[in-house]
Amino acid sequence: MTVAISSLLNRIRVSDSASGPIDAKEYFINMGPQHPATHGVLRLMLKLEGETIREVIPVPGYIHRGIEKIGESVNYRQFVHLTDRMDYLSAMMNNWAVAMGVERATNTVMNDRIEYIRTIFAELERIQSHMLWWGVLGMDLGAFTPFLYGFRDREKITDIFEETVGCRLTMNYIQPGGLMADIHPNFVTRVKEAMAYAKPKIDEYEELLSGNVILQERTKNIGVLSGADAISLGVTGPPLRASGVAYDLRKIEPYGVYDKVEFRTAVGSVGDCWDRYWVRVEEMRQSIGIVEQLIDNIPEGKFMLMKPAKKIIIPEGVYYNAIETARGVLGMVIASDGKSDKPVRIHMRSPNYNNLWAVDSMTRGSRVGDLVANISSLDFVVPDIDR
Amino acid sequence: MSDAITPPEVPASEPPKQDALVTQVIVLGLGAEPYARKADCPAVQVSATQLLPLMTRLRDDAGLAFDMLTAHTVVDRLDANIFELVYYLYSLNHRKRLLVSSSIPRENPVVSTLTPVWKIAEFQEREAYDLFGIQYDNHPDLRRVFLEDDWKGFPLRKDYKDDFMLTHVIEEES
Amino acid sequence: MIPHAGYEVITLSDRANAALPESLWLSIGYMLLAVASTAAFMSVLGMALVYVERKVAAHFQCRLGPMRVGWHGILQSVADAIKLLLKEDLVPDRADRLLFFLAPAFSVLATLLALVLIPMSPTMQVVDLNIGVVFIAAVGGFGVLGILLGGWSSNNKWSLLGAMRAGAQFVSYEVSIILSLLVAVLFAGSLQLSEIVQSQADGWWIWRGHISGFIAFIIFVIASTAELNRPPFDLPEAESELTGGYHTEYSGLRFSFFFLSEFINMFIASALGATLFLGGWMPFHIGGLDGFNAVMDLIPPGVWFAGKTGFIIFLTMWVRWTFPRLRVDQLMRLEWKFLLPLGFTNLMVAACLILTDSYFFPL
Repeated sequence: MTVAISSLLNRIRVSDSASGPIDAKEYFINMGPQHPATHGVLRLMLKLEGETIREVIPVPGYIHRGIEKIGESVNYRQFVHLTDRMDYLSAMMNNWAVAMGVERATNTVMNDRIEYIRTIFAELERIQSHMLWWGVLGMDLGAFTPFLYGFRDREKITDIFEETVGCRLTMNYIQPGGLMADIHPNFVTRVKEAMAYAKPKIDEYEELLSGNVILQERTKNIGVLSGADAISLGVTGPPLRASGVAYDLRKIEPYGVYDKVEFRTAVGSVGDCWDRYWVRVEEMRQSIGIVEQLIDNIPEGKFMLMKPAKKIIIPEGVYYNAIETARGVLGMVIASDGKSDKPVRIHMRSPNYNNLWAVDSMTRGSRVGDLVANISSLDFVVPDIDR
Repeated sequence: MSDAITPPEVPASEPPKQDALVTQVIVLGLGAEPYARKADCPAVQVSATQLLPLMTRLRDDAGLAFDMLTAHTVVDRLDANIFELVYYLYSLNHRKRLLVSSSIPRENPVVSTLTPVWKIAEFQEREAYDLFGIQYDNHPDLRRVFLEDDWKGFPLRKDYKDDFMLTHVIEEES
Repeated sequence: MIPHAGYEVITLSDRANAALPESLWLSIGYMLLAVASTAAFMSVLGMALVYVERKVAAHFQCRLGPMRVGWHGILQSVADAIKLLLKEDLVPDRADRLLFFLAPAFSVLATLLALVLIPMSPTMQVVDLNIGVVFIAAVGGFGVLGILLGGWSSNNKWSLLGAMRAGAQFVSYEVSIILSLLVAVLFAGSLQLSEIVQSQADGWWIWRGHISGFIAFIIFVIASTAELNRPPFDLPEAESELTGGYHTEYSGLRFSFFFLSEFINMFIASALGATLFLGGWMPFHIGGLDGFNAVMDLIPPGVWFAGKTGFIIFLTMWVRWTFPRLRVDQLMRLEWKFLLPLGFTNLMVAACLILTDSYFFPL
């Protein structure tokens, strides 16, 4: 028995079968891989009729680096350094996913200090990721100013990262067994300053963009994704919550110290771009609240519990653990043979790859401008799609 | 490997406790058996021919209601000469996770698609085709997703080799 | 209308005509002066506006903008102009070369023709046509031809989409512009720009024409922003959607022609708005208050004109750096369902005001 294999050319031929007079004929247009609205090298084939989108065919793979293949020939500690090149805006959360997978598989329990610091960093990273998203959404919709506002405020948080971690974008800090280094002595004061700074800024964001009539016109009832569709399409993170499904791993399967903090999950009702916008803005507020609850209570303790020189060998089996990154659920599937310190198979269930395919059903029948709003509201980081 | 971090020893005599969820799936009578390997969540395995009926049932059964296909991937078991298909399901209502595993021979890796059950299966299966060459029967649009259409071979298979790979260099060094 | 006694309008073409019987060379000299001054004005103004735009944008965005080239980056535009001149001129494969070359020229030509009519002060105007308003509207329509041709001839689907958007947008918003211009023309009773300015010697139409003048001004600002392809109506170039729209394939000098004409058009639209509704170079007068008017006359007309035009330019920049972009169908809806009925109603109201002679001032 053989199964027919298609190709991109064939795929386009299938869609291109519609015929008609030349002035009403549908045509294909390539959006990307170099296009300002796709934030990287995402390629979308659009089937257009005039300016109405009939179909979107995503063509990822322009930044595929084979991270999963490399992962089979490196050990877990080395693999951590590949994960922050995936979703570089949730770099430490990606690190955490690997660390947590390894720790759960080897039954290692982290102390409170490590869990506190990890949670604080994850939330800081969520805030800065959403700030950047907010700015980029504004730019995609044609307002350039929010972009710079978002970047300006994000700097305060990346400064904190720089001080403790040593870099600003692809951060390597969370390791299997603990943290790379202890927090910087200034960390607590700097985080408090940054949170006090960020709080009024989020109100400023609302003033600048949320209340704008044009923004509301451009986002309300655009790109509606129903809850049932979102679940079936494997959409996670803010887009899923915007569709009315209160699925937040931080609440449902608390990891870190999320079970010790008070926060609320923002849930939308319609599932349009506006809901996705609103959910993320609200998440920023909640994350600030989480950081503020934790920052004063970081307990004392060791920052690394596994000696870095030791080989980590995971017992035989298939392991899965998931983490809620800024974009959705990042799942780690580790298959180990119990003998080697390298995995037999390591698979990252990336949130962006799974969210990507919702674009088509969201966008059909709307305009090119709506597609840009949809892409922006799903908040793609392309290296995470391709891995 | 005395300095390695190894798991705490589990007494071999004690039979592993079967999870209630696994029992619930097995009594459906659609060919599900307890997972033969070890996993950190409730797990069942099923033959490739029974995969689609079982999955449809798992989604539609009110007591299970696995409405989310969280992840689908493949593990290349070269020593056993099989591809192990791994499906992680999640039930939003019951907040339960289930691993469904199915093994297919490496020579003829054909399995029916799950696209009718979950829409995202179409794309997760495309990724699995791209990297492992698993052929999904009745798939609406089976083609490569990351690599070019004319790429030779399936890179995540254990026996994959091409000219610009570095893994064999690393292996030799170690 | 009683022309204000204090100002006598002398245009460059008037001077050339007057000099012709005496000396042919003097007349030619005036014509050359007109040509040279317009060309120089256009390029200098273009660079100045780019600089101002960048500075205004920077300060809206909590940054400084160009700071390195010259004092506070004042020579940045010169550096950019030199860079654009030296850049390679690329023509896409299988583009319609003739139209591709002509398109930027059309754009600049339309801009140039409109620019000569703008009355900047009683003595700073090149030509003063008796159908000035109609002429500007007509050559303004010529400008979109350059955009359409540029988009069509580039052999690029994104450019074509941008050009088609520009065409649809222009045709729609031209209607509203004309309707709002007509209000001022009705008030002034003339199509000649200098006469429209003189007619505002007792007060500007924006407040003398009651609410009607104000509404016409607002419609004019919105519709002209749309016609200039400036945000929030920059759909023809919409960089995040169409990667640059009609000028995606243009580079170097040809791109700078489009760029220049866009900025000069912004000046022309603002100057036209200032002339028709804010009195042009006419100082702020209140009919009947002679002492007050005399004080206002101390400020020269050229300064008044620059101030008013600058204000409207600042207004459009303010809007540009604050608002997101509209969508295509929303743009059309705004025009055909909102601005157009409002414009017609406003025109009727203005006509009634004129028939009953109920201006705001003089009492």
